[in-house]
Amino acid sequence: MNTLVGQPLTRIDGIAKVTGTAQYATDFDAPRIAHAVLVQSSIAKGEIAAVRSEHARALPGVLLVMSHANAPKLPAAALGSNPPGERALSLLQNPAVRYNGEPVAVVVAESLEQARQAALLLEFDYREDTPALDFTAALTSAYKPESLTHGGPDAAWGDVDAALAAASKKISVTMTTPMESHNPMEPHATLASWDGDRLTVHDSTQGVSGCRKALAKKLGMAPEKIRVISPYIGGGFGCKGSAWSHVVLAAMAAREVRRPVRLALERTQMFGPVGYRPRTQQRIALGADATGKLLAIRHDVISPTSTFEDWSEASALLTRMLYACANVSTTHRLVKLNLGTPTFMRAPGESTGSFALETAMDELAYELRMDPLELRRRNYTEREPESGKKFSGKSLRECYRRAAERFGWSRRKPAPRSMRDGGKLIGQGMATATYPANRQPANALVRLQPDGSVLVQCGTQDIGTGTYTIIAQVAADSLGVAARRIKVELGDSDLPEAPVSGGSMTAASVTPAVREAAVQVRAKVIGMAISDPASPLHGIDAGEVDSADGWLRARSDAVRREPHAAILARAGGQPVEARAGAKLDDETRKQYSMHSFGAVFAEVDVDEALGQIRVRRVVATYDVGRILNAKTARSQLIGGIVWGIGMALLEHTLVDEESGRVANANLAQYHVPVSADIADIDVTFIDESDDIFNPVGARGIGEIGITGVAAAIANAVFHATGKRIRDLPITVENVLTA
Amino acid sequence: MFAFDYLRPASLDAAIAAAASSDACFIGGGTNLLDLMKSGVARPARLVDVNHLELDRIERLPDGGLRIGAAARNSDVADHQLVRTNYPLLSQALLAGASPQLRNMATVGGNLLQRTRCDYFVDPGFRQCNKRDPGSGCAARSGLNRMHAVLGASIHCVAVNPSDMNLALVVLGASLNVRGADGARSIPIDQFHRLPGDHPEQDTTLRRGELIVSVDLPPSAYARHCHYLKVRDRASFAFALVSVAVGLDVAAGTIRSGRIALGGVAHKPWYAQRASEALSGKSAASLDGVAIAAQALEGAQPLAQNAYKIPLARNAVSRALKHALETA
Repeated sequence: MNTLVGQPLTRIDGIAKVTGTAQYATDFDAPRIAHAVLVQSSIAKGEIAAVRSEHARALPGVLLVMSHANAPKLPAAALGSNPPGERALSLLQNPAVRYNGEPVAVVVAESLEQARQAALLLEFDYREDTPALDFTAALTSAYKPESLTHGGPDAAWGDVDAALAAASKKISVTMTTPMESHNPMEPHATLASWDGDRLTVHDSTQGVSGCRKALAKKLGMAPEKIRVISPYIGGGFGCKGSAWSHVVLAAMAAREVRRPVRLALERTQMFGPVGYRPRTQQRIALGADATGKLLAIRHDVISPTSTFEDWSEASALLTRMLYACANVSTTHRLVKLNLGTPTFMRAPGESTGSFALETAMDELAYELRMDPLELRRRNYTEREPESGKKFSGKSLRECYRRAAERFGWSRRKPAPRSMRDGGKLIGQGMATATYPANRQPANALVRLQPDGSVLVQCGTQDIGTGTYTIIAQVAADSLGVAARRIKVELGDSDLPEAPVSGGSMTAASVTPAVREAAVQVRAKVIGMAISDPASPLHGIDAGEVDSADGWLRARSDAVRREPHAAILARAGGQPVEARAGAKLDDETRKQYSMHSFGAVFAEVDVDEALGQIRVRRVVATYDVGRILNAKTARSQLIGGIVWGIGMALLEHTLVDEESGRVANANLAQYHVPVSADIADIDVTFIDESDDIFNPVGARGIGEIGITGVAAAIANAVFHATGKRIRDLPITVENVLTA
Repeated sequence: MFAFDYLRPASLDAAIAAAASSDACFIGGGTNLLDLMKSGVARPARLVDVNHLELDRIERLPDGGLRIGAAARNSDVADHQLVRTNYPLLSQALLAGASPQLRNMATVGGNLLQRTRCDYFVDPGFRQCNKRDPGSGCAARSGLNRMHAVLGASIHCVAVNPSDMNLALVVLGASLNVRGADGARSIPIDQFHRLPGDHPEQDTTLRRGELIVSVDLPPSAYARHCHYLKVRDRASFAFALVSVAVGLDVAAGTIRSGRIALGGVAHKPWYAQRASEALSGKSAASLDGVAIAAQALEGAQPLAQNAYKIPLARNAVSRALKHALETA
């Protein structure tokens, strides 16, 4: 057992991807397919007074112009919201316009070119209202949301005011992070096909089951009549965790034209109608005694949401668990703006919250004249501060030690502007990384085929992270079959149900189910062998039989062995299978707090005359439980760190405050890092199995990589320049000297 | 995108004849035009392809200068031996632009004609843009204008020319050979791009139906002392916040003449005339780059979000001068 898990196995789907045989949503075809284009509003608030569609409809090849004027009526329940899968959508049920870029029509034509031209010819007359677009002005109307995705909007213990008053050192600062938009390589795309009253949807989704449920609710159908297929996803990062308007609209349009309809969003359409990370304003107050022990933390977060659905960026959640402190208060508030609804974006909450908290900790360290790393150590907690629960696993101390050593932190000169290289200032900063360990019930089927090969089926998704590969590794070890003999099928709502691939929970949720099903199959095959007089293993105690590389062997006598296929052949040549579910038991949940941790160190150089900041290197060590695949895991963390660099220095969705329209809705103007922006990234793992969390011992790794990075860079910029930048992204203007 | 006719005429004359109608447009690499067509900003009814007309040659001129065909790809020009040897500034500027994929497609003629990337211009969903829709107003003046002009703008338009190559051509004193139905003419580079004034819809002085066929570079004294400096938000594939092209003719420790052009600051590649003229006769060793830079930014007027460009451009000019003097 356990020979493959942990190994840097190359992705088993890698060849299919690089040779183009892996089918993504827009690669699927259908007979008589028609092409749809989503049309969006150009005002932020008001009502459609008239739809001028004569020119569009007159264009050759146009099959349908669907707007609120003629869209089929959906059940009242279609207006509901139940994140992550189901959201409040724009389904052409009324003439209201609530944000600029809101879907207001779908054009369907024989060809994509015809549909695109018709979309440009479609005109709307609007009755315009004055939109709410000024976040700062709206702050006075901030309100408390009912809930966050995890936990309540407010949490407090102790007496923060009194503790702050008594603290010998304190800081009180306001930090902001900007609106950011998801830009996976593959934009959203849907192909909807009806067969009578049955609907099949090929979609680029992080959750085939959630998408099916959302479609069922919106269309008023039984979920069993809907199948959602998504074998490959070109990145999701949270925006594909929900079924957005275009998915339902594609199904509606396909029903209207009685043909399969493909609706692929254009890159510009990624900015608004499919979620985004909302901007945040975060006020943080920290109080400490002279030794650096935290006496009080206050963390108040305000973020905007749409006018029709609450969604909070839960930035202060990590403040509730990261440091030992007897007096803590955290709040989350919302303001309504005429924008689309925000959504999950890689480490929602922890990415933005770690920037604020970990920058504030750096400020406090300077206030105390203390090494920022030492300040973290002095406030280390072995238990979740509020509940007193133990952590299921926490090796953050070792992360600090190892990352600091690899980075060379001890050679850092503490004073700002004290390190130089030629004409450039050098800065070094650090931050703590953290993300919750999430897990939800998941199911899997493992089938040993008569030829000795194995089929694993699971209704999860591989959003580019390597899920196919780790499932094969776990199944291979648990069953005793070579990985190349294992076929993995994912991304189909007809397969055993598994949760959304979000919240870094896929590996931790799914691999225990795969493992359990594989162990059951292994036990069945061993049972068949030892009870079969024709088997060389007949009569041996089940516990004395090993399974490896497709063979059963007697532990005590290696000559007594036979292949799995031989056992099945003698039994009639039927496959042997098991279906298993796995979930975290309530007792464990009650007893333990479950999180991943890490330490991130960054070095920047700054050319002050030109305002240029370059991240020279990032060194990070993570405690994310057991590593299932050293290669894909490292890639995940590097990807997260790269995004953290983008968050620190580049990403910013610009909204024109007059029209509410996103101004930089393209990849030329919305900047993510390019290869030339990325230098050395050094990632290491503690690699300790978290057996309390799940039997495979792995916590998720998808999101923690982005956390802490922006703070480490901002802290490095302060160390280099003496300028404390509390607003992301940090750009030329911030460090330029006249 | 709107449906259009695509023509691939057999000769240059046929191409010019084919483009005579008011709704026709030449297409080179298409790296800018196709984007504008997809969004509906550009709606030509006829595209006249000029990629196959052998307008991509790069050849030495009798006077020692260089003629670059308008259809030559940016990457081919940047890598050409004569360009790298005699006009390294042009090579540097080209390589600072776009990405390798774009440079492999983009032509010299297209680069000269590329349009501003002002957010309000490229998206017809914005109602105001005098360049796209004359008379509709300028949303950028009071809107998002961090990327916009600080020199030579008008109340009608504050957009900037996005090209890197153009700056090198200005410093190198290029002239453009153009052909139209009425015959051929030559346009000096500094008379080619316009300031917005009352007609921001006109980027250049090229007349309707005229085609740039080649670009002539006179022999240059700047090969040894030149520098292209581009300041941008990320390390590659980003338009300039500010860019500077500098060419200096240095002999026996004295700057005989020099030219400075600024990008990202104006509606056209900005030739800093007074600053350039002030270089003549200065000692290379004791050049006061800061003073020259201050002259280069004389008259600069910031908008709400782009005041940083003025000190940034000053610093960039003095840095580029320093580098140009160091190169040899």
